[in-house]
Amino acid sequence: MAEIKGTINVDRERCKGCGVCLGACPFDVLALSAEVNSKGYPFASQVRAEACTGCANCAVVCPDGCIEVFRKIWKK
Amino acid sequence: MDKVYGRSSLLTDNVMHYCPGCSHGTIHKLVAETIEEMGLQSETIGISPVGCSVFAYNYVDIDWIQAAHGRACAVATAVKRLQPDKMVFTYQGDGDLSAIGTGETIHACNRGENIVVIYVNNAIYGMTGGQMAPTTLLGMKTATSPHGREAAIHGYPYKIAEMVSLLDGVCFVTRQSVHSPAAVRKAKKALRRAFENAQAGMGLSFVEIVSSCNSGWKQSPVEANHWMEENMFPFYKLGDLK
Ligand SMILES: Cc1ncc(C[n+]2csc(CCOP(=O)(O)OP(=O)(O)O)c2C)c(N)n1
Ligand code: SF4
Ligand code: SF4
Ligand code: SF4
Ligand SMILES: [Mg+2]
Repeated sequence: MAEIKGTINVDRERCKGCGVCLGACPFDVLALSAEVNSKGYPFASQVRAEACTGCANCAVVCPDGCIEVFRKIWKK
Repeated sequence: MDKVYGRSSLLTDNVMHYCPGCSHGTIHKLVAETIEEMGLQSETIGISPVGCSVFAYNYVDIDWIQAAHGRACAVATAVKRLQPDKMVFTYQGDGDLSAIGTGETIHACNRGENIVVIYVNNAIYGMTGGQMAPTTLLGMKTATSPHGREAAIHGYPYKIAEMVSLLDGVCFVTRQSVHSPAAVRKAKKALRRAFENAQAGMGLSFVEIVSSCNSGWKQSPVEANHWMEENMFPFYKLGDLK
């Protein structure tokens, strides 16, 4: 069995709060923030960060290229 | 942790002017990633259209020419013939390619120019405020068909990908979308194949990407993607046509 852990980094200022990444995440990691960025958009943020596997689905569908994805796999 | 996905180095730092959730952004990203992965940054010349993506040259760091409305395939023909070693592609909306540019498109396809045509079909004139396009679905409401498109008045939507697939100069025709992670990954493979065909001198590759224009459709970005799945895909069926 391998253990997989992922995390993402959202460029808050670039994000337009479109919400497309939210539904693309298989583990409901993401939600839009209550806060807004300098353009007035809410931005994507990890509300269940512990569930992220680093699958990159959110980043792949983001039209504005706001998301970087990191992953670590431990072989047991 | 290891970085497994990040912004392509061919995407500039400019924030795209597109509406939140617009498919154009996702497609630009795929163009940038594909050219980067093929190592063709300094070998590629893109022809941008008139339409929302007129400013594509601000976002993907390659050489570009911005063509008059509908004329991208004619400009691409000249560029490719003068510089046959370059990778030449057009990036066009449905108003640009299949309304005002129908003639240029069909003849470039028929001549089998060694170029790639990326056709972003959102069934509407996005840039000018959401007017009906030749591709607008029957019943679809737009600024110029407020009661919905009616065949008796406005004619039928047409499938230019099917039409060009009949032409001998065209080697590859595919219809993709970018509404889900799986669709984006597939669309990227199709783009790669198209670029490889052009490199190999096999003729014209036509990549349609059925897209959403949430502003023109008067929906939220997420609703627009669902609406597209339910209404656009049954008419504009995804998959390889040739
Ligand atoms: C010769 C000419 N006719 C008309 C226009 C007005 N015009 C600008 S963009 C456009 C349509 C764009 O629609 P589409 O190609 O579908 O692009 P989208 O914005 O939907 O991506 C039109 C008719 C123009 N700029 N030039
Ligand atoms: S990388 Fe995958 S699991 Fe993590 S937030 Fe994005 S979509 Fe969800
Ligand atoms: S898809 Fe991109 S722009 Fe849209 S909310 Fe998510 S991170 Fe922001
Ligand atoms: S008007 Fe439509 S096509 Fe143009 S940027 Fe907005 S959503 Fe995209
Ligand atoms: Mg359009």
